[in-house]
Amino acid sequence: MTSQTAHAEPAEAAIADTTAIAVDVDRVSKIFRGETEVRALDDVSVGIRKNEFFTLLGPSGCGKTTLLRLIAGFEPPTMGAIRLGTRDISRLPPNQRPINTVFQNYALFPHMSVAQNIAFGLEMLGKPKAEVQRTVDEMLRLVRMEELKNRRTSEISGGQQQRVALARALAPHPEVLLLDEPLSALDLKLRKDMQIELKRLQHETGITFIFVTHDQEEALTMSDRVAVMSAGKILQVGRPRDIYERPAERFVANFIGESNFLDATLSGGTVELAAGGRFDVRVPEGVRDGAVSVLVRPEHASVRSGEAAEGETGATVENVVYSGEATVVHLRLATGEAMKIRLANAPQGGEAPPQTGGAAAIRIAPGAVTVLKD
Amino acid sequence: MAETTTPTPTETAAPALTAPRREPRGYSVRSLPGFAVIAIFTFFALYAPILILVTYSFNAGTSLAIWEGFSLRWYYQAAANEAVQDAAIRSLYLAFCAATIATVAATMAALATTRTRRFPGKTMIYALINQPLMIPEIVTAVALLIVFAAIKVWTGHTSMIYLIAAHTAFCVPFAYLPIRARLETMDNTLETAAQDLYASRWLTFRRVTLPLMWPGIVAGLMLAFVISLDDVVITEFVKSAGQETIPTYMLGQLRRVVTPEVNAISTVILMAGVILVALFFRLTSRRR
Repeated sequence: MTSQTAHAEPAEAAIADTTAIAVDVDRVSKIFRGETEVRALDDVSVGIRKNEFFTLLGPSGCGKTTLLRLIAGFEPPTMGAIRLGTRDISRLPPNQRPINTVFQNYALFPHMSVAQNIAFGLEMLGKPKAEVQRTVDEMLRLVRMEELKNRRTSEISGGQQQRVALARALAPHPEVLLLDEPLSALDLKLRKDMQIELKRLQHETGITFIFVTHDQEEALTMSDRVAVMSAGKILQVGRPRDIYERPAERFVANFIGESNFLDATLSGGTVELAAGGRFDVRVPEGVRDGAVSVLVRPEHASVRSGEAAEGETGATVENVVYSGEATVVHLRLATGEAMKIRLANAPQGGEAPPQTGGAAAIRIAPGAVTVLKD
Repeated sequence: MAETTTPTPTETAAPALTAPRREPRGYSVRSLPGFAVIAIFTFFALYAPILILVTYSFNAGTSLAIWEGFSLRWYYQAAANEAVQDAAIRSLYLAFCAATIATVAATMAALATTRTRRFPGKTMIYALINQPLMIPEIVTAVALLIVFAAIKVWTGHTSMIYLIAAHTAFCVPFAYLPIRARLETMDNTLETAAQDLYASRWLTFRRVTLPLMWPGIVAGLMLAFVISLDDVVITEFVKSAGQETIPTYMLGQLRRVVTPEVNAISTVILMAGVILVALFFRLTSRRR
C-alpha cells in the first residue's frame, strides 16, 4: 500500500504477473533552467502496464503534464530513462515514437477537414492510400463523426473537436495514447458522456491510455490505476479504490475526496483515537508505534442523536447540511477535533438526522480507520 | 449590447438587471469635442487632392486646372508613349524581383524570430530587421549611392542588380511585419501535434507551418510589391543612366511640361495600389 513505485506492489501482484509493462519511467528527473531552476520532476519511477487506463492525477504544477510531454518526446528528460517495453526511447524525437497525444486544446489543423486531420498521421507513416481511407472511415465510425467528415474543424462544436482529436490520435494505432486534460474544456454533461466514451474507446482499441487530470472524480471513475502526484513526485500508485480508501499520505487523502483527520495512538496493530474508540488497523511500512494521524472518510461512519454507548464516540452537533442525496453532519468531538459525517438520505419519514446543538454518538465502521504515514 | 428584451443564456444576467438602455453610458473618446471635426478634415485633406488628380486625368484639354470635358486621351497617350512603356516594364520587373527576394528573406527572418527558443540578442535582431523603417530614406539613398558608385566604377557593371538589391533591402521589413504577425497568432501546439503524428521537421513545415502562414506571406509579398513600385528617393539615387522607373519618369516629366498624362499614370498606379492593399487587408483580417 505504501510503495512509491508501481513495481512489485503487493496488493496488485496478481495483475502485475499477467500484464507486461508498456511504459517504464525509470528514475526520471526534469529540471527547467531559466532565471530560476525548476525541478518539475524529481526522481520519478512508475511502470504503466499494457492495455491499462492509467491516470496521472495532481494539482496544477505537480509535474503531471511534464511527465506526459517527456513520454511523448516533446522534451528530453534531464536524468533517467523512459522505455517503451524494454526499448529506451528517451532520446527519440516524437515522430519516431509509436505514441500519440490528445492535446488539451485539441490542436486540430485548421486548414484541413475532419477527415484530413484524421488521415494526417497515417499519411506521415506512408500508408497506402486505400488503407488510409479505410482507417479514416473506421475512425470516423468509432467516434461517430461520419456525417461531418468534410467539415472544417472550425465549423464543429467543442465536443466534436474532441472526438476528432481522439480519432486523429488513435488512427495510426499507437502503442500508447496520451491524453492531456482533454475533457477540461467541455461542460459537465458532455464531460460525463466523454468519460464513458473514452473508457469504451480504450476497451475497443486495446491501447494503453495515459490520462492527465486534476479532477479526482474523473480519475477515480475512469482509471484502472491512478498515480497521485505532487511537487514533481509520485506519492502513491494504485487502483482507485486503494487510493481512496487507503491513501498513504495526508496529501493524497486530502486531494481525493473528503477527509476527517483524527489524532490517535498506535500500538501493535491497534489504534486508540484520542476522542475514544479502539480499531484494528493495517500498519503502513515505516510507521512506528506512538502518536499517529488517522483518516476516516465521512461516509464510513454513522451518527445518531443521544449519548454515546459502548463502541461509540461522543460528540456535539455543530451543523447539519442537507444536500439532496445526503446529509452532512458537522460534529465537534470531546478533544476539540472537528469531524463531518455523511449520511445517505432515506425517504421522508425515516429516522431524523441529529439536531444542531444536541449530543450525538458516532459509530465508525470497522476497517474505516486508515493510518497515514505523516 | 442592444439585446435587452430577450437575453440569450450565454449572456450574463448582470446587464439585464438594470433598466434597458440603448446608448452606451460609459466613457467613449467619440463623445469628446473635436474628434468628428478633425476626423472629417483629415479624410478631406487626404483624399480631396487625390480626387482632383483622378478627375483631371480624364480631362479632354491639356490643363490641370480647367475642365474641358471627359476623355481617355491621356490614358491612350501614356500607353502609347514608349518611355512610359519602358519605365512601366522596368518598374514591374524591379518590384517583382525585389518583393520576391525580400519576402523569402522576411519569411525566414519571421520564422527565426518566432519559432525558436529565446536566444541572446533576439530583441536586437528584431530591431535590426525593422531598422530600415526608422532610417530616413534619404540617408539610405546617399549611403547606397556612395557604395554602389564605387562598385560600378570598380567593376564597370551597371545592370539592374543595384536597383534590385536596394529595393530588396528596404522591402524586407514591410514583408516581415505581416508574416511575423501571422506566425505570432499561430498555435505552436499545431507543429507539436504534427510531429507527434510522425511528421518529420520538413514535413511539419510543409504540411502545417507553411500552409498556415501562407496568407501572411502573400500579404507581405503584396505590401513589398507596392512599396517597391512606389519608391522615388532611393531609386533616383541608385539608378544608372536610362534606368527610369515609373515614379522617376514622372518626376522627370514634372520638371518640364506638366500634362494630364502624369495624372493618368498616377491614377493607374493608384488603382494598382488600392487593389493590392485591399487584398492585403482581406488576407490579414478575414482568415482567423
